[in-house]
Amino acid sequence: MAARKILTFAIMDAPYESARSTTALRLIDLALRRGCDVNVFAYEGAVAVPFAKQQPHPNAVHGRSVEEEDHPNPKDWVGALMAEAKKRGLTFNWVQCGLCVDERGATEWIEGPRRGSPADFWKFVEASDNTLVIPTK
Amino acid sequence: MPKKVLSIVATAYRATLEEQDDTVVWLMHALRGAGAPVDVLLRGNATNYAVKGQDASGLAFGERQQTQPPRVDQDVAKLAANGARVFLVEEDLAERGIERAELITGVESVARAALPTLLAGYDQVWHW
Repeated sequence: MAARKILTFAIMDAPYESARSTTALRLIDLALRRGCDVNVFAYEGAVAVPFAKQQPHPNAVHGRSVEEEDHPNPKDWVGALMAEAKKRGLTFNWVQCGLCVDERGATEWIEGPRRGSPADFWKFVEASDNTLVIPTK
Repeated sequence: MPKKVLSIVATAYRATLEEQDDTVVWLMHALRGAGAPVDVLLRGNATNYAVKGQDASGLAFGERQQTQPPRVDQDVAKLAANGARVFLVEEDLAERGIERAELITGVESVARAALPTLLAGYDQVWHW
């Protein structure tokens, strides 16, 4: 049986700013569905993607309550991906750039991601079959 | 007399999946709700917002499914239905191969050459 592929993603965009954040998570979702182990290095604004204090809200313009709006918080998407990896017996590492976290005061995140540094990113890269950088523009 | 404002939207589909709408179109709805007589000009890639029948449903991460995908065409149509004038730049439509028949009702196309006259009719022009 062939060894599982390992993919590393470096992401930079903050949530709610760009389609790139969602695209990155869609690619990660697909990688997991195809049986790959996944590493994520969250750099710059991307450290806010799993920020724990994101809250859904009602939307008066849409005319929907908080329940009806079912507003997606990226932290829940990250949590869902982590649950998917666990269900499939895959490894899913998410490292938050520590200095980026400190700059932004984004020190609270959901269970799963951990604080790290560019050295962790390099370890991911060395251990991976490939790396995809999704930079901010 | 309230100030007349023309809001120009050029950036399209920026975080619309996360927001479940376009935040500038949303803001125009909210401002009109607050009494602001705001009109909208869609230019560049944002002209595609007026193409009817867009479907962004189906997004899922693991078992978390999106239940309220963005419906930007409907949001723009509601702006027009609520009294806002919604303009599209003719040349931007043509460059993207968008035919008139593909558009939602209630929108008006305007030639690039006519934009100075259009903009001059407003007290303020906001370019997002």
